[in-house]
Amino acid sequence: MIRFTNVSKRYPGGFEALINISFHMEKGAMAFLTGHSGAGKSTLLKLIALIERGTRGQIFLDGENVSDVGSRRIPYLRRKIGFIFQDHHLLFDRTVFDNVALPLVIAGYRHQEIGRRVRAALDKLGLLSKERLYPITLSGGEQQRVGIARAVVNKPMLLLADEPTGNLDPDLSREIMQLFALFNEVGVSVLIASHDIPLITAFDYPVLGLEHGRLVQYAAAGA
Amino acid sequence: MTGRRRGRRRSVRVRKAGPRLLSPRVFLQRHAQVALESLGRLYRNRLTSIMTAAVIGIALALPAGLYLLLDNLHRLGESWNGQVSISVFLKGDVPAPQAEGLAARIRQWPEVAALQLITPAQALEEFSTRSGFADALEALDENPLPAVLIVSPRSGYTAPEPAAQLQDRLRGLPEVDLAQLDLEWVQRLAAMIDIARRGILVMGALLALTVLLVIGNTIRLEIQNRRAEIVVTKLIGATNAFVRRPFLYCGLWYGLVGALLAWLLVIGGFRLLAGPVTRLAGLYHSDFMLDALPLTSLGALLACGVLLGLLGSWLAVGRHLSAIEPS
Repeated sequence: MIRFTNVSKRYPGGFEALINISFHMEKGAMAFLTGHSGAGKSTLLKLIALIERGTRGQIFLDGENVSDVGSRRIPYLRRKIGFIFQDHHLLFDRTVFDNVALPLVIAGYRHQEIGRRVRAALDKLGLLSKERLYPITLSGGEQQRVGIARAVVNKPMLLLADEPTGNLDPDLSREIMQLFALFNEVGVSVLIASHDIPLITAFDYPVLGLEHGRLVQYAAAGA
Repeated sequence: MTGRRRGRRRSVRVRKAGPRLLSPRVFLQRHAQVALESLGRLYRNRLTSIMTAAVIGIALALPAGLYLLLDNLHRLGESWNGQVSISVFLKGDVPAPQAEGLAARIRQWPEVAALQLITPAQALEEFSTRSGFADALEALDENPLPAVLIVSPRSGYTAPEPAAQLQDRLRGLPEVDLAQLDLEWVQRLAAMIDIARRGILVMGALLALTVLLVIGNTIRLEIQNRRAEIVVTKLIGATNAFVRRPFLYCGLWYGLVGALLAWLLVIGGFRLLAGPVTRLAGLYHSDFMLDALPLTSLGALLACGVLLGLLGSWLAVGRHLSAIEPS
């Protein structure tokens, strides 16, 4: 699903965020990405989502080399990915329903299809009763679940999560992780960046450890 | 029943082709939705929207109104151009029979198509009924008005030069006090209209530029306000076209509403002018009336507004939208 070969990222000004990263994550796998803040977790996720472009090396996404893909193609590649953010990036002037429907509207689904899929996603995340509410009226955990519903509504092949439990208490964090495991069971590849070591060790998934931009730990999927 | 089945089949085809190829129906549906959404957004901020639209409206109303006024003046000039005539005022001491003899003689001239003799008595009657000086005229002992011959040149003699020659010939007659060619002021009017038209063209261009700048700036602010939203939609896989669309519609609505306001302003202005103009025309013995904006001009005005709106937002979007990328 994701393959990095000798990928480096140097920001203007000389800061090396990632140095010579190589790994391969199988289709349908689930893995954690750990490291202290500043170790390069976010940069790595941004390279996969084509928010940042690598300085060196090659990145393959679902078999396609995306290292130097044109900017016109990027939106279509991003539609294969569901991205979940720590601060969930919801649009506060739209209802829960409209937030979750956004990826489908962008992809040009028919009206009836959008309603069906959004309700299915909200139902899965236990938010069906909140579809007419605005995100501001929801709790932190509920907002994060709306963000997840928006990420999965388009049935992406890959879910990327950047500190999805950063602002949540341990119980809620565990709940969210279990949700990711559930999506993984139906075949979605999942990569979660988190520095919450106790939470990560509670789940039995491979871990990619980053330290100062270098990959220091990598356990293959199924280990 | 068949319709529903056909619809279902189409949706299957769309899914096979992938989300990049939208069926025309979905495409139109989406455009209609975005158009309504941007209209709703303008309505929610209606005070600022109306103020912006009013600026656009006034900027469009000025050239449109002036052009229309000029068009009416031009029409006035044209209606008189066709009937060039020379007013020949006879000397006061020319007796009536002599005037009639002169009229009969001039009628025989090859340059003359028609001739109307207005005797002093007729002139006095007309003057007293039209001018409202009836009482004052009654106080006079004798009729102060001379006899007048209205000479209409034959069709080959209506151009400025032959008409002027005819005027000279009439002026040379001993009975004639004054021969006035009505063509002169018509020509002067036409020349002035030409100058004014150029002026309005320049002013219109400048005001169109103003509209562009106003819309461009409004859209720029709107883009800044919705920066977070743009970033999120781009992260979710929105194309530049998708992000651009609501702003283009926003510009289109501003242009359209501005043009409608301009139309109302022009109509209002002409309503205000219509009464006095008709009264003035009445004093000149004319049934001239101001023509309000015809429907074709309304169409042109609306098209102008929409085009300027689209162009203004397009410029702003092109300049500012590409700079917003998720990071």
